[in-house]
Amino acid sequence: MTILGGSGSGKTILLKALLRLLVIDSGKILFEGRDIIPMNEEDLLALRRRVGMLFQGAALFDSLSVAENSAYPLREHFKKSEEEISAIVKQKLALVGLPGIEEALPNDLSGGMKKRVALARAIATDPEVLLYDEPTTGLDPINTTRINNLIKSIQEKMKVTSIVVTHDMGSAFSISDRLAFLYKGKIETVGTKDQIQQSNNALIQSFITGEIPDERARRPF
Amino acid sequence: MSQGSELGKIEKEVEEALGGFFENIGQSAMGFLESLGGMALMSLRTISSLFKYHFPLQPFLSACEFVGVRSLNLISVVALFTGMVLALQFAVGLERFGLKIDVGQVVGISIIRELGPVLTSLMVAARVGSGIASELGSMVVTEQVLAIEALGANPVHKLVLPRVLATTWMTPVLVVAADIIGVLGGMWIAYIEAGVTPRYYLEQIQRTVSVDDFFSGLSKSIFFGFFIGIISCYQGLQTKGGTVGVGESTTHAVVYSSLIVFISDFFLTKLFILF
Repeated sequence: MTILGGSGSGKTILLKALLRLLVIDSGKILFEGRDIIPMNEEDLLALRRRVGMLFQGAALFDSLSVAENSAYPLREHFKKSEEEISAIVKQKLALVGLPGIEEALPNDLSGGMKKRVALARAIATDPEVLLYDEPTTGLDPINTTRINNLIKSIQEKMKVTSIVVTHDMGSAFSISDRLAFLYKGKIETVGTKDQIQQSNNALIQSFITGEIPDERARRPF
Repeated sequence: MSQGSELGKIEKEVEEALGGFFENIGQSAMGFLESLGGMALMSLRTISSLFKYHFPLQPFLSACEFVGVRSLNLISVVALFTGMVLALQFAVGLERFGLKIDVGQVVGISIIRELGPVLTSLMVAARVGSGIASELGSMVVTEQVLAIEALGANPVHKLVLPRVLATTWMTPVLVVAADIIGVLGGMWIAYIEAGVTPRYYLEQIQRTVSVDDFFSGLSKSIFFGFFIGIISCYQGLQTKGGTVGVGESTTHAVVYSSLIVFISDFFLTKLFILF
């Protein structure tokens, strides 16, 4: 599922709310039928073990090596031996196409590599749901394609549910089964790729074509 | 325009200006109370995380190195020159009363009871407080703090606890170093300027400065260290608005930490005198 929307429409807020990383005043967020808002710390930890997140700027810890970054959720959630942790880290880094960079520091990596290390960290605990916040923003076309392919391959290999927030239409159509369009904090439309592409909604068409909407439109940007 | 309408206009402008003035005061007061509440809550969470989770030994040792070892040079220079200038001033001042020979008593008691703890804490607030606030502020704006939460850890346990423990633990250690260096700096100048021999100077300090004086200064510095740690972490974690926000948080951390050192110094001194 990809959530589309212009800048400031509330996409990132929505994603952070899904992991309850924000204080939520009202409403409900259901995960397997259970509201996550009143959850206690223990339940919330269990939820976060099952849901991984890739942040927009990768959010790698500057002071830790790639291996330590990738191992972080494993150390927090499980009591595994160093050998087990090391083996998982190697496997996940290989999965994102970055084998052998365990000792590097985040500052030594390019933007695309940082995103892939952050992805290795997000999938370290074998989550059931993965949240991606603008995964291709700021990347060159090759790295964008690489990340899109990774999202698809991880989805297939690990059988995870992916929720991607983006305003990159190329990525959205490349990786999604379904798309939702967020406008001013509300979901305007949900549909398959074809349904969205053929939508008569002026807002969505403007978003797809990149044309500035007609000033006389019902709800211009 | 008539005189009446002109007066009315001025009256309205004054009213608006006064309204804005009181509104600003009200907003500042609300902001101050909000910060105070936030810091109190963070103190409670920090203390409870000490018992709730495993002890963060490695981050604590790293923080101790940052707070203690790397501050030692700065603290030593400040303490040395404070002791020296005190001896110089009192050598001149006490000469007027024919008491130049007693300079050691005054320098010793000033440094050990008051100047050692306060100046050391101010230096810790400046060097360490700014470092903590800017580091945590940068982590906030790059979403690293959110990532810690998303990955299943508690930011207070991971980031605040080791830093607050390190400032609380290392500030008194630095104070002991500052006391010794300050007294020795005073001894040197007392010998040069007042002709007081080192032996007589140290004997005077031994006679005048009690263990209570030493522990009073040391105990105050434990509180100063805790306040500096909490304020700096709170300001860092409250960072908003990118790099400008990091700068603001850093400034606030240093200003509020320094202020709290001065304010709490009075009340803690009074408290220790009472008990």
